Formats: sequence, structure tokens, C-alpha cells
Amino acid sequence: MIYLDNAATSWPKPASVTAAMTDFLERAGGNPGRSGHRLSIAAGRVVYDTRESLAEFFGVSDPLRVIFTLNATHALNLAIQGLLQPGQRVVTGGMEHNAVMRPLREMEKRGIQVEVVPAEKDGTLSPSAFAAALETDTRLVVLNHASNVCGTLAPVQEIASLAHAAGALLLVDAAQTAGALPIHLRSLGADLLAFTGHKALQGPPGTGGLILSDHFDPGQLPPLVRGGTGSRSKHETQPDDLPDRYESGTPNGVGLAGLGAGLAWVKERGLDAIRAHEMQLSAHLREGLAEIPGVTVSGPQDPALSTAVISFTLQSKRVSEIGYRLDEEHEIFCRVGLHCAPAAHRSLGTFPEGTIRLAPGPTTTLRDIETVLGAVRKIAES
Amino acid sequence: MSQGVVLFHTTTSALRAEKVLQKAGLTVKLIPTPRELSSDCGIALRFELSDRETVKTILTDAKIEIEIHPIR
Repeated sequence: MIYLDNAATSWPKPASVTAAMTDFLERAGGNPGRSGHRLSIAAGRVVYDTRESLAEFFGVSDPLRVIFTLNATHALNLAIQGLLQPGQRVVTGGMEHNAVMRPLREMEKRGIQVEVVPAEKDGTLSPSAFAAALETDTRLVVLNHASNVCGTLAPVQEIASLAHAAGALLLVDAAQTAGALPIHLRSLGADLLAFTGHKALQGPPGTGGLILSDHFDPGQLPPLVRGGTGSRSKHETQPDDLPDRYESGTPNGVGLAGLGAGLAWVKERGLDAIRAHEMQLSAHLREGLAEIPGVTVSGPQDPALSTAVISFTLQSKRVSEIGYRLDEEHEIFCRVGLHCAPAAHRSLGTFPEGTIRLAPGPTTTLRDIETVLGAVRKIAES
Repeated sequence: MSQGVVLFHTTTSALRAEKVLQKAGLTVKLIPTPRELSSDCGIALRFELSDRETVKTILTDAKIEIEIHPIR
């Protein structure tokens, strides 16, 4: 069995993730931040430790600027719906996921102007096209750090400089890159960054967050959800304190315990080592696929310009059939279709049929890649 | 020995303060907030009153908003 669907969710999770979650439920089972007894405090410490590790990992000095959400989509909605007012303008690229496009299209209905800067055929975005789009007064730029369809990396730093020069904020969607590439908010130039815990950070589903950079003023971002925080309880209005302003209701303590362990696993293995390994795998996969007659591979040729996500199509075969046969005949698991990213597939020229997406992970081996190439070859020849 | 208690606006601040102060070698303990002091946050931090100035300096440097009370 070969799992190549790590862009959807990473699997298998490190054993330490499961252990941390079991430990949380068995030993630290209180409601963090609600009561003063030791089980509540123990649960609070686990959540805090994960918060602090993430702050360090993303290069923000204040752990209170790590806001936990259900997933990256929730974090993106918090930022997009909070920052944009009717009459304002938002600029994004042609490789976005529906986690960005659907909230943006909703904002469009509410009187916000949405400008999509087209991407090249390999998913590349040109900073000069963004510069042109930013000549008109813009409140926010939303940018997918790496495509979930074909891995293409966006030139975030260059676009960040352009956005800031134009007086706009930059929101980065790091769903595909958090835990796969080094991310330092300040050097990246992101004002806000949305991440998920269950992909390259190796944590469980139901974890994610929005990171606010050290200079971002939270006063300009109202909460998406309001409610009990365990703080300033005599008031019926939402507190302004971070992170409580954005974190109402009981947090996913067990999930965050797992996320903390996932992040520790990533740090121990080393981001550079993980990246080097995945680049080697994706380069091999891409070259091997390109040699198979009838195969078209999307995305940039150079593995340094993308994450380890490879999308391809096979002439005269439906992607659904290939996905089904990889599963049934070869026990290879991947994802086919549009990957919740119709905009990206339009840019790549693979809409509406979609592609077959292969996403290796840190525990995938070169031998696995060989097996996968053999399977695709066999399907292509049949 | 007389003790003091630090109050916080959020639990996260209390947990952060505990870590920072322990790292500095101080003896502190998280306790349920005494009701007569505040209902802002469920947990407070108890410390040796002789450490008062150190606690204040460390937490101010860490930009944690606090209120300090001696315990009667």
C-alpha cells in the first residue's frame, strides 16, 4: 500500500502524535482556561506549549499572536471576512483554492471588488502583473503560498513588497507549505498567515490557525465568532485580548496536543532534510511520468520551484478511471479531479476534467515512487 | 513567608507567565483566581512576595499585562 495523498492530509501520522492525544485525554482532560483545577491547568499548558512552539516555528515573537482555528479554511475566512469592507478591493492570484475563492466571491456579493491576477500555464505568478493590479487602491492581497494542485510556489516576498508599497495587507495561505518549507513571517513579508495542522505539520484534522505578524494591529480585524473565553467573564461583550478575541468556545485540546507532537516530529527530522527528501522524490516522479507516452505533467519542471505535489493527465483516459485503477489494482492512494481548486485548474488548462495528483510525504521512499511509475506505465499501456 | 498573586486578562497570559518565571528560577504556582480579587480569568499565579519586583520586571519585559496583589 502506497499513500500519495499527503496534500489532502498527511498519513501515516507519527506514533508520537497518537501518543500525545491519548495522553491528553487520559491525563490532562480538563477544559483549558475555564476552571482553576489542575486538570484544567494541565490542558491549558498543553495548548499553550503548542502555541509557543508554533510562534517560534513561524518566527513571531509573541505566542499570543498564534490564533487557533478549526483548519486553514476557518482561518482564511476569519481574515477575509474581517478585513474587507464594502467598497474596498482585494487582489489574488490565479492558483487559489476554494478556501479563498469562495469567501472572496461572497465578499464580491457584499460590494467588494475582487481582482484575480492570471497565472501562467505552469501555475507561476508574475510579480509585475501584481504590480499592475496594485496600481488601484487595494486593501488586501491574498496569496496561496503553494498550489495544492501542482505545487507551484508563489513569489511571496516580491508580492509582499509590492503589496506593502501600495498600502495593502498580505494574507498568505500556507495550507500546503506549513511544515514542508521554512516559513518566517517577517522575511516572507506576510501580515497574516493561515495554516493547517493536519498536512505537513503531521497533526490531526481539526487543527489550524491564523498567525498575526508582530506588527499587525488586531484592532483592524474583528472576530468571526464570539462567545465564552473563560476571561473577563463579567462582561457580555467580546474581550480584545489576544488570543481570546478570536478563540471562543472550548478549544480542540486533544487535537492541539497532537499538533504539538507533530511539529516536534518535523523539527526533529529537520525541515531542510524533509524538503531535500521530498524534492528528490518529486523530481524522480516528474521525470519518470514524463517518459510515459501520453502523460502530461502540470507545474514547473524545476522541483525547487514547487512543493512535492505532482499533477498529471493521461491521454484518452479519464482521471477517475486512473485513480480507481491505482487504488484497486495497485493499492496506490491519490486524489483525482479538481482538488477544490477550479481556478487553479483553469489556469493550468486542466478544467473541468482535472488531474491525477500524487503527493509524497516525508516517509515515502524512492522505491515507492518506482512502484507508482510502474503502475502508471501499466495503466497507460493497457 | 508572605505571598502575592498575579492576575491576568487571559489564561494564555497566565500560562505564559508561569513558563517565563519558572525559566528565571522563581517558585510560582498557578491557582484558581481568588473570587474577591477578580473574575477576569480562572487562573492566577502565586509567588513569594519577596520576589515582587523581579516578577514585575520579568512580566513587563515579556509584555504580559498584569495586576499584582498581596495575599492577606
